[in-house]
Amino acid sequence: MKRVITGDHAVAMGAKLCRVEVVPAYPITPQTLIIEHIADFVNDGEMDAKFLTMESEHSVMSAAAAASAAGARVFTATSSQGLAFMHEMLYATAPLRLPVVMANASRTLGGPPGIWCEYNDSMGARDSGWLQVYVEDNQEALDMIIQSYRIAEDKRVLLPVMPCLDGFVLTHTVEPVEIPQQEDVDSFLPPYSPDITLDPARPAMIGTFMPAEYIMELRRQTALAMESAKKVIGEINDEFARRFGRNYGGLIDMYRMEDAEVALITMGTVTSTSREVVDDLRKAGKKVGIIKLRFFRPFPSEDLHKVLSGVSAVGVFDRSISYHGGGPVFNEVRSALYGNSLPIINHLAGIGGRDVTKEQIMKMFDVTIKAAKGEKMNLINWHNTRGESV
Amino acid sequence: MIKIKDLPDDNLFTAGHTACPGCGVAMSIRNAIRVLGKDTTVYVPASCAVVFGTTFPYGAWKVPFFHTAFENTGACLTGMKAAFEKKGKEVTAAGFAGDGGTYDIGLQSMSGAAERNDDVLYICLDNEAYMNTGIQRSGGTPFGAWTTTTPVGTKIQGNQRFKKNLGDIVVAHEIPYYATLSIGHPLDFIRKVEKAKSIKGFRFLHMFTPCIPGWKMDPAKTVEVTKLAVESGMWTLYEVENGEKRITYKPGKMKRVKDYLMMQGRFRHMGEEDIKKLQMWVCKKWSLHYKEKGAPEVCEIEPPVEHHAVTEEHREMHGP
Repeated sequence: MKRVITGDHAVAMGAKLCRVEVVPAYPITPQTLIIEHIADFVNDGEMDAKFLTMESEHSVMSAAAAASAAGARVFTATSSQGLAFMHEMLYATAPLRLPVVMANASRTLGGPPGIWCEYNDSMGARDSGWLQVYVEDNQEALDMIIQSYRIAEDKRVLLPVMPCLDGFVLTHTVEPVEIPQQEDVDSFLPPYSPDITLDPARPAMIGTFMPAEYIMELRRQTALAMESAKKVIGEINDEFARRFGRNYGGLIDMYRMEDAEVALITMGTVTSTSREVVDDLRKAGKKVGIIKLRFFRPFPSEDLHKVLSGVSAVGVFDRSISYHGGGPVFNEVRSALYGNSLPIINHLAGIGGRDVTKEQIMKMFDVTIKAAKGEKMNLINWHNTRGESV
Repeated sequence: MIKIKDLPDDNLFTAGHTACPGCGVAMSIRNAIRVLGKDTTVYVPASCAVVFGTTFPYGAWKVPFFHTAFENTGACLTGMKAAFEKKGKEVTAAGFAGDGGTYDIGLQSMSGAAERNDDVLYICLDNEAYMNTGIQRSGGTPFGAWTTTTPVGTKIQGNQRFKKNLGDIVVAHEIPYYATLSIGHPLDFIRKVEKAKSIKGFRFLHMFTPCIPGWKMDPAKTVEVTKLAVESGMWTLYEVENGEKRITYKPGKMKRVKDYLMMQGRFRHMGEEDIKKLQMWVCKKWSLHYKEKGAPEVCEIEPPVEHHAVTEEHREMHGP
């Protein structure tokens, strides 16, 4: 059944279809619609979950961690300042291997305040042990809630997952979304059955004080779990594609990359606009393509290395700045492609929620194509920014 | 009510933990968990209790234990209880937080759980300072007390504020049960833990727990000091059930606060004026609490002169 719904509504529908058991919630723009929809589902008897109206995001993630440790499938959602406020607790959930799923409505973080789309909220959580996936449309938002639970609860992973959807561009914009059948989701996603929980019948201590003699092995186990998530994400993507008919490609997706000479790495909704630009450029005879970076954690270094082997230059779109010159995606890509001599050009755009237009993306390709031809270009380019003349 | 001799000794918090000899926190935990029994899951925020009870690969808890951070005892209890309820498990979700984790950094999280009347048992182990980090002042630190952040200086000596009235804050949430406890009064202690266990909704047990290094006292005197706290009025034993306050123990004869102070190094620097100031605070608290004046020989004293920390120079700089 298709319904025309917002991204936030799609996320809430996803959580409902996953039969989540505990939902600690706290409002923050532009995520609030998610928890409002879930509250409606619960109060209308459509969803059998414990809905907890917490008093802060820090308490949301605390309750989420504790409920997950006690064996429940937990869902919540946050954004920006809220994600920052619960930052401490992100670092508890991942190494304690609690497979919480939390949607993040991507929104600019910090002063001066704003509420529109930027990735500087979730980028700050990149070293917390959470998986991060950035979605392009409302359908992908819903589908990735379902896939996230399969990935998070896979015994080879057991890490929390943060699907990120562009604030307002998706959260508050309606699109037609195919709502999967409950029985199809049930057969794709079995109930959560962890081996170790807080259960008086089998007492366990979770989160004990950990001296230096032991903690390094634990950190390494978390790192290995993140690494093995790469394979699991691919498997689950393929299984989802077989069952539901929608294939998102796994860690990355590609558009017209078969014979591409120049590639642009995109994330989120900017990908859709970029597809149109690629079509236009292809018509003009330019061999260009897109790599949609879906998962930022785990970072698809091997995949990028492989798909970029025949390319003569790559542009990297960043929707946040790391205050050392470039954006965080740019630096990850450069690190992943170390040893490869192709030019890697950073394109900063859309920061603070500024629109990213076809003209800007055309410019990104233009600069990257020139770099491919051997022209000396700036490594870091601020697009559509006063005082900067890309 | 369980009798002391019938209290199960099933070692749910086992011997072999590394708390200091005479630790009031360890004694309170051990006796509380004996009453709460094995169908309990505990959350302990950052505190000595995490270090002395759970340093990997050792662990003193034989009931499920969870720890993540410092300021979130209320929220973690809410979360674990929600999971138990969803799964139809009858489990007491009990938190053991310190005064720093309750009066200060954890106040919001505790207040959230209390206001929602979540079915959890919050236990505050009040040793009147941040002991795990090495004795720093908290909102629960009494007037005059030395801590490393309220040092005895040449200009200012000890903590300048009176202990925060946490009990009234908790009770203001209109919860089913709040009680104060002392390990020097074991029958009262057991009865209150048992009662808290049996009630549904948010329950708060406020335990007075001497800290040997933090209070600079003789480890053999934990119970004695606790008793003196109650006899002097520094600590009062009562319970508030559905808004009805009931005094559960009233000292026969009010003791001087000085007798209590002098057993502890943290107060030993206090001059007569500061002791008077604290005594007057206690006498006021006593008359409000017991609805009668404190003993005349203790409370009918000359009021102290202006506190020496507020000097003429200070007044010139900061106003009256």
